[in-house]
Amino acid sequence: MKKVSVSFTLNGDPVTADVPVTWTLLKTLREYFELTGAKEGCGVGECGACTVLVDGKAVNSCLYPIPEVEGRSVTTIEGIAEKDGTLHPIQKAFLENNGVQCGFCTSGMIMSAKALLDQNPDPSEEDIRKSIAGNFCRCTGYVQIVESIQMAAKLKE
Amino acid sequence: MIDYDYKRPDSLEEVFRLLQEYGPRAGLIAGGTDVMVKIRNTKKAPEVLISLRGLTDLAYIRKNGHYHIGGLTTHRMLEQSELLQNELPALYEGASRIGSVQVRNVATLAGNICNAAPSADTAGPLLALDARVTLQGPDGERRVPITEFFTGAYRTVRKQTEVLTEINIPAHMEQFGSAYWKQSRRKAMNLPIVGIAVSLRLDNDTISDSRIALTVAAPTPIRAYKAEEFLAGKPMEDAVLAEAGRIAASPECCTLRDSLRGEAWYRARIIEVYVPRMARLAAERIKKTH
Repeated sequence: MKKVSVSFTLNGDPVTADVPVTWTLLKTLREYFELTGAKEGCGVGECGACTVLVDGKAVNSCLYPIPEVEGRSVTTIEGIAEKDGTLHPIQKAFLENNGVQCGFCTSGMIMSAKALLDQNPDPSEEDIRKSIAGNFCRCTGYVQIVESIQMAAKLKE
Repeated sequence: MIDYDYKRPDSLEEVFRLLQEYGPRAGLIAGGTDVMVKIRNTKKAPEVLISLRGLTDLAYIRKNGHYHIGGLTTHRMLEQSELLQNELPALYEGASRIGSVQVRNVATLAGNICNAAPSADTAGPLLALDARVTLQGPDGERRVPITEFFTGAYRTVRKQTEVLTEINIPAHMEQFGSAYWKQSRRKAMNLPIVGIAVSLRLDNDTISDSRIALTVAAPTPIRAYKAEEFLAGKPMEDAVLAEAGRIAASPECCTLRDSLRGEAWYRARIIEVYVPRMARLAAERIKKTH
């Protein structure tokens, strides 16, 4: 199997991955870099558990061919808290608001919320629901998640 | 074990060279939201995937007389385009209803129509907006009207060595209003049970020109020509629009099937109801300056 050497920025640090060319970004994150925050749910771009940011945009990392990452900037759930461990406002809001139950969707949910709030700091409920439409949660019914993102928008002000 | 090589050329010339070198052993990939899923589900891949994502010059939306949309333009770019929202609302609505933000950030308009699913959300709007597509190959380029592009479910006239480089919508469509309805069980992450796109132009209150397109109503996305002919020269009245809906839903225009997603009678009923509604919405959207 042919291997490829891909250099990119991962959570602010320059990195190089030497992996099979058929690997996805998700597989590279989990198995090469051992960053297991992004999850594989469906593996076909339906559930959003694998959501990470590439150049600031939310993408399904399970469908993202690793050669496409060359030269880009990838942000995962592991990269959004501050270096001293202080949580990101979206993480704080999810904790305070019971936005987390089983936790499987949470990494992807928070990354989609981050992509939204970075672009639109004062979103309507409709904006929030649209931007997490590709993130499935089978526990909460979404109400606490939407409220968490609304609270995060306030915390960030 | 799935195995393939992955090439990411940065010019069209290099794409054509690779396509000629590998012939039928190569496959094209753009956003990958169809190709990667298919590889995973079938456990089969072409020997070489040729990525078009290096052709960054082909990601654009321009109005220069005609409307020009580059082959690498993503649905997200369409969804965030004020030009589209104001002037080609049916295409804006189709593009912004596909998948999720994550999918729309990478999936391309050209990929959506080259994949040629009978349910493709942008196919109906492009048919209603009289689009034509530019196919470029090693021997030059050709323009194909979108009405001749689809040849069957998941089949198009694109040759294996051709790349869809641009979608073109004629300038006169700015005088039309347009609208697209996606009938689906949920608001997100769903394919249409049936899709209805309508564009029309009014001369006072008379319908001077119209296009009605249907998806999941036949093996390919189609135009409901008989219904369009019926509308020509008729007044914009409820009874007229209702009859156009009945014609569009009849075997004169479509070949509806029962499927897991919906039954034929239901699809017919939705077409009957939404052709008039989309015609009304399209009429409201005709630019006031015309």
